[in-house]
Amino acid sequence: MAESEAWLELSGVTKQFGGLTAVEDVALRLDSGDRRGILGPNGAGKTTLFHLITGVLPVTSGQVRMFGQDVTGWTTHNRVALGMARTFQITSLFPKLSVMDNVILAVQGLRKMKMVMFKPLSSYPEVFEKTEMLLKQAGFWEMRDTEVRNLSHGEQRQLEIVLALASDPKVLLLDEPSAGLATGESHEMAEFLKSLDPKIAILIIEHDLDVIFEVASHISVLHYGKVLVEGPAEEIRVNEQVKEIYLGQG
Amino acid sequence: MGNNNQRRRILIVLGVFVALGIVTPFLDSFMQALVTEILIFGILAMSLDILLGFTGLASLGHGAYFGVASYASAIVMTKADWTWTYGIYTWASSSGLGIFYLFIFGIIVAIAFSAFFGFLAIRATGVYFLMITLSLAMVIWGLAYRWSAVTEGDNGINVPGRPSLLGISLDNDITFFYFALAVFLICLGILYVVVQSPFGRTLVGIREREERMEMLGYNVWLHKYLAFIIAGTFGGVAGVMWTLFNLFVSPPDVELITSAEALFMVALGGPATLIGPVIGSAIIRTLQQFISIYVERWPLILGAIYIMTIMLSRLYGVDGILGFASKLRSSTAAASNSQD
Repeated sequence: MAESEAWLELSGVTKQFGGLTAVEDVALRLDSGDRRGILGPNGAGKTTLFHLITGVLPVTSGQVRMFGQDVTGWTTHNRVALGMARTFQITSLFPKLSVMDNVILAVQGLRKMKMVMFKPLSSYPEVFEKTEMLLKQAGFWEMRDTEVRNLSHGEQRQLEIVLALASDPKVLLLDEPSAGLATGESHEMAEFLKSLDPKIAILIIEHDLDVIFEVASHISVLHYGKVLVEGPAEEIRVNEQVKEIYLGQG
Repeated sequence: MGNNNQRRRILIVLGVFVALGIVTPFLDSFMQALVTEILIFGILAMSLDILLGFTGLASLGHGAYFGVASYASAIVMTKADWTWTYGIYTWASSSGLGIFYLFIFGIIVAIAFSAFFGFLAIRATGVYFLMITLSLAMVIWGLAYRWSAVTEGDNGINVPGRPSLLGISLDNDITFFYFALAVFLICLGILYVVVQSPFGRTLVGIREREERMEMLGYNVWLHKYLAFIIAGTFGGVAGVMWTLFNLFVSPPDVELITSAEALFMVALGGPATLIGPVIGSAIIRTLQQFISIYVERWPLILGAIYIMTIMLSRLYGVDGILGFASKLRSSTAAASNSQD
């Protein structure tokens, strides 16, 4: 892989819904080990941007590249196969399945055996080993048989991330991991995010300023679909424009 | 974990069918025919369960694959001037293999139709999926009704008799019952393996949260499409069995009512359980036979039961009879636990 090929690179990414421009001319680059945050008020186009990166929505114009390949027209599952993973702002687990079954589905997502019809799942011990490892790592092993809908909100938010990590992604997109968490839980979440493999490239959307400044080293501020400012986290923290957007003025 | 439970359930189910195999010869011919019919519609209902119960796709056109396979096998047995079907069939029959040819031919036709119809229907979800499958099934009904050169139209196709199975005559009701039981158990076995397989689990994932599955790297469309074809295939097996059982196929067999009944069997018995839809089949076919003796408009009673099923499942949050049974069991278990 050439030095110049970014793990994830957006250029001129634009999305219009009829007359409304939700995301406008966004450029972004993510390399191994990057911790980049996206800040912005409600309706700034953050989640839409994630939909464009993951291919849930087609871009109106612009380009999405992964590891030097143009993936702009690719389906979501093909991008995932290339090493992308994502969590959802609104918890998006399999509520009626057990914690274990949730993670198993995530683990077999990129394995060829997912298409096997005439052998029981139990004949794939490597899937169970991986699942066990993930569950133990995240402290879910004791509750593996619990149905996910019976978990607390905080546990569900954490399981969101476990599912995303199951495919050993290189590029991880986190959509407000601390949404709906209490302050203490948010802090735990930030600690958990900081403990992730340092080689992974992470793009994180977050409303909780404490979390984003703790996790991200570089921040882009999105406002009405455009990147208003970007820079190192310390600069963004003291940026007048950002304060204005977030704290409002008169 | 749960393995003992699973084994016990399999043993119970097998025990029931062994008992059925022992008891049925002692029943009168009316009841023997009813049991056979239940098994055949059980195959149809189980196949639909793959779609409705496991994948969460409500198809209102499952009668189509039942119908095309049913017609295909009837045509193979009767169209004497079609050498490439009748010729092969009679040649195969002379060595006792005719019945296999019927199944292979019927299944291929069912796969072809479900592959084509599935291709048209799978992109849609919910009510739209239901409407598309319904209208595609109506196309099949239209063909059965209007294409009289092949289907004999309104008159239907009379089949002279059953081919032998490797020399064993199936004309006797009781031998045919055992044959139906064997085919049923093979279908149940295959479908059980499929739903326990990694692929089967992905269908449940799709039912629970489709967008997440896509984000985990699954080609959701492909999985749904394959599920559709699997369901069509086994619907086709039921169709061939129906022709062999009834020795007559006519447009009412592929009507909307067949599709709706199959859907109802799944909902009544308990979706995503495979065996639940068979219980549904037993209840509905039995009611149909007995109530229609006393009441002319038996679908009214069926409708009332249907409404009750839906209301009860809404009120108590359980799915069908099996769902109700497992809820009862878990609540008694909880009660006895709390006494300890």
